[in-house]
Amino acid sequence: MSKTLVRLAAGLFAATMIAGAAHAKTLVYCSEGSPEGFDPALYTAGTTFDATSKNVFNKLAEFDRGTTKIIPGLAESWDISEDGTEYTFHLRKGVTFHTTDFFTPTRDFNADDVLFSFNRQLKADHPMHEYVGGASWEYFNGMSMPDLIKEIVKVDDYTVKFVLNRPEAPMIANLAMDFASILSKEFADQLQAEGKAEMLNQQPVGTGPFKFVAYQKDAVIRYKAHEDYWGGKAAIDDLVFAITPDASVRYQKLKAGECHIMPYPNPADIAAMKTDAAINLMEQEGLNVGYLAYNTKVAPFDKVEVRKALNKAINKQAILDAVFQGAGKVAVAPIPPTIWSYNADLKDDTYEPDVAKKMLEDAGVTDLSMKLWAMPVQRPYNPNARRMAELIQADWAAVGVKAEIVSYEWGEYLKRSKDEDRDGAVLLGWTGDNGDPDNFLAVLLGCDAVGGSNRSQWCYKPFEDLIQKAKVVSDTAERTKLYEDAQVVFKEQAPWATIAHSVVFEPVRKEVSDYKIDPFGGHIFYGVDLK
Amino acid sequence: MLRFLLNRIAVLLPTFIGVTIISFLFIRLLPGDPIELLAGERGVTPERHAQLMHMMGFDKPIWQQYLTFVGDVLQGDLGQSIVTKRPVFDEFFTLFPATLELSICAIIFAIAIGLPAGIIAAVRRGSVFDHTVMATALTGYSMPIFWWGLLLIIVFSGTLGWTPVSGRISFMFFFDQVTGFMLIDSLLSGQKGAFASAVEHLILPTIVLGTIPLAVIARQTRSAMLEVLGEDYVRTARAKGLPPSRVIGLHALRNAMIPVITTIGLQVGVLLAGAILTETIFSWPGVGKWMIDSVSRRDYPAVQGGLLLIASLVMLVNLTVDILYGLINPRIRHRR
Repeated sequence: MSKTLVRLAAGLFAATMIAGAAHAKTLVYCSEGSPEGFDPALYTAGTTFDATSKNVFNKLAEFDRGTTKIIPGLAESWDISEDGTEYTFHLRKGVTFHTTDFFTPTRDFNADDVLFSFNRQLKADHPMHEYVGGASWEYFNGMSMPDLIKEIVKVDDYTVKFVLNRPEAPMIANLAMDFASILSKEFADQLQAEGKAEMLNQQPVGTGPFKFVAYQKDAVIRYKAHEDYWGGKAAIDDLVFAITPDASVRYQKLKAGECHIMPYPNPADIAAMKTDAAINLMEQEGLNVGYLAYNTKVAPFDKVEVRKALNKAINKQAILDAVFQGAGKVAVAPIPPTIWSYNADLKDDTYEPDVAKKMLEDAGVTDLSMKLWAMPVQRPYNPNARRMAELIQADWAAVGVKAEIVSYEWGEYLKRSKDEDRDGAVLLGWTGDNGDPDNFLAVLLGCDAVGGSNRSQWCYKPFEDLIQKAKVVSDTAERTKLYEDAQVVFKEQAPWATIAHSVVFEPVRKEVSDYKIDPFGGHIFYGVDLK
Repeated sequence: MLRFLLNRIAVLLPTFIGVTIISFLFIRLLPGDPIELLAGERGVTPERHAQLMHMMGFDKPIWQQYLTFVGDVLQGDLGQSIVTKRPVFDEFFTLFPATLELSICAIIFAIAIGLPAGIIAAVRRGSVFDHTVMATALTGYSMPIFWWGLLLIIVFSGTLGWTPVSGRISFMFFFDQVTGFMLIDSLLSGQKGAFASAVEHLILPTIVLGTIPLAVIARQTRSAMLEVLGEDYVRTARAKGLPPSRVIGLHALRNAMIPVITTIGLQVGVLLAGAILTETIFSWPGVGKWMIDSVSRRDYPAVQGGLLLIASLVMLVNLTVDILYGLINPRIRHRR
C-alpha cells in the first residue's frame, strides 16, 4: 500500500516537474541594437537602459510602470528636511542581489551599495571613478549632480542621507533615473580584488526582477527571472533580447512568432500592423516635444510680434498629416500633456496666413530671408525633419518670408545650433528624462541653458522667476500652479513654434498580456505575462 | 618562387603604412565629433567638451595622435572603443568569425554555381542556356542588396515560412562560443537540432551576400573560357581526338582559371562591402555592421582599428591569391 502511495507521489511529482518545465515561459524581445555596456551610469542611450536599468537594476525610487508617477523602490520611504536640502531615505530590508555564475552575494542590499553606486560617480578619488577608460558619467553630470550633491551620508545600514547644496524639488525624480541604478558593492569589491574591475560594465549584478545570464554582441542577451525578487518573481521565466537592427526585419520576426514584442516600427508598417490578427498594436503619447526655436537674440526674431506672426503662418495640422501620418498630436505647450502641471487651458496660435502677413507688415518686416534648420536624423519627436522644413518653407513663402533650408551632420548640427548668434530657426525636440516639468522648462528655456540646450537663446525674467521658484518649492500643488503660469508666459512670448508630441507605437503579439508602454521610452518586462 | 614571394611582401609594406594613414584620417575628416554625438540634444558645456576631448586624447595635434596610434599599433594595441569602452581588438575578433563564416559560405555558393554556369554558357555559346545565364548574371550584379534581402525574407520567411527571418541560430539553443563559427560550435555543443538551426539561418544571408560574386564569377568564367576555347592548343587537343570532357576540364579550364582566380580574390573586398548591408538586414553579428555603427557614432579608435584590421586581412588574401596565381601560372612563377 505504502509502495503504491510512494509510486503515486513520485509519479505526481514527476508530472508536475515536466509540466513545470514545459511551461517555462520565455519572452523574446526584438531589440533594436546592442547595449553600449552594462553599467547604465556610464551611458545615455535608451537601448543600453533597456538591457540594464529597466530590467536588471532598481533605483531608490522608481516610476510606476506605464506612468511618470514616482513610487518607492529600494527606499521604502523618504523624508525631506524643511529647507529642502536634506533627503533621508529609509532602505528596504531583505533585498537580495542576483546570484549568478560569476557572483554569489553573501549579504543583502544595504546602505553601502547606495553609497558605492553614487560616490563612484561623484568623487574623482573614488577607486571606481575611472574603472574603465573614458568613464565620464555623462547623465550624472548632465543632471548637474556634482554641483547639487554636497555629500551622501550613511546614517545606519538602512538609512542614507543626501545633503544638497541647494533645494532641488525634482531630486526624487532624478533618483528614479537610470544613472541612479543601485549596483552591488560586494561584487565591485570582488572584481577589484581580482584585478578585473572593467567586468562591472560587462556582467551586471543588480537587485532587479531579471538577472543577467549571457550576452553575444549584436546577437542576443539572455536573462532569467530573479527568483527572490523583493517585488515577487516575474511572471515569465526567461527573457531574451534578440538584437534585430532593421525595423522591417523586426516586423517579419514578430509576424513569424520569432519574437513577442518589438520597438520602433517603421511608420510605413503601422497600417498593416493594425489589421494583423496576431498582433496587438499598442500606442501611447510620447513624453516628448518637437519644436522650432527662433533665435530670440537676433533681429527680427527678438520681436514677439514677428515670432507670433511666423507661428500663425505655419499649418501644423498639415505637418501632422504629412510628417507624422497620424502618429502625433499638435503641441500647444512646451511640455507634453502626459506630464503633471500641463496647462490644458492654453490656446494655440491659430493658422491664419493673412493675419500673419499683416502682423509682419505692422512690425516693419518685409522681404524677410532666413535660415531654417532641418535635422539630418530621425528622432522620436520628429520622424522627418527635412519634410517638415519643406512644409514650413512653403507656408512661410505664402506670407512673403523666404526660408533657406540648411542641415549639417548630426553632431555638428547639435553644436552649431547652440551658437548665440546663430541665424534663423532650428527644428529640434526633447524627450523627457524624469517626468518633471523642470526637465523640460529649465533645460530648454531657462536662462542657464542659453548657449546650450536653450536653442532659442531665450532668457525672460518673468518666466525664469516662475521656474526658479518652482525648483525650490517641494509642495506639488504649488509647483503645479507656478508651471501652469510659466506656460502662459511662454505662449505669450512664443520663443518657439511648438509643433508636435509624437505617438509611440509598439506592436505586441496577442499572447502577451499586461505589457505597458513606458512613457520614458524604455522597455520594461516585469509584470508582463504570456498566455 | 621565394624571390617572387619576397617581392610581393615588400610591396605590401608601403601599402600597410598607407592604410594606417587613410584609416586614421578617414574618420577624422568626417564632420561632427564623438562627444557631441554622445551628449545628444542635452549637449555639453564647452568646458566639459574640452575636458572630455583631453581625456580621450583628441585635443593633441593630429600628427601627434597619428604617431601615438602607429606606436600603439606596432605594440599590438588598437586602443579602446569610446562607446563600449572595450579593446578594439577584442571587439573585432569577437565579431569577425561571424563575418568570416558568412563570407566563406557566400563565396562557396558563388563558386559552386557561378563556375559551372559560366563554363556551360561558354561551351554552349549562343544557346538559350547561355542567354539565360548571362541575363540572370546581369540582374544579379545590379541587385540592390538591401532590397534583395528584404524580398527573400518576405517571401521565404514571411509568406512561406521555410526559413527563419534573421539571426545566426534559434534562441532555443544556448551554448558557449568555442570557435565563433556557429556551424562548428553548434556541432560541438552536442545539442540536438542546433546544427540544423545554424544551417537554416545561413541560407538566406548566404544567397544575398553571394549573389553579386556569383554573377561576376559566372561572367568572368564564361569570357575566359571563350577566349581559351579559341586557342590553338584547344583545337589541337580536339584534333587529336580527346574526349570533350578532357579538352574542357584539363586543357581549357586550367588556363581559363587564371583570370577567374584573380576575380575571386578581388571579390573579398566586394564581400566585405556586401557584408555591411547583409549583416544589417539579417541581424548578423559581424564586423560589417559594427563598422557602420562605429562610423555613425564617430568612434575613432574603433573605426581606425577596424579599418586597419580589415585592410590587413584583405592584403593577406590578395597575397594568398598572388601565390596561388603563381602556382597555377608558371609564367609568373619563373618570371625574372
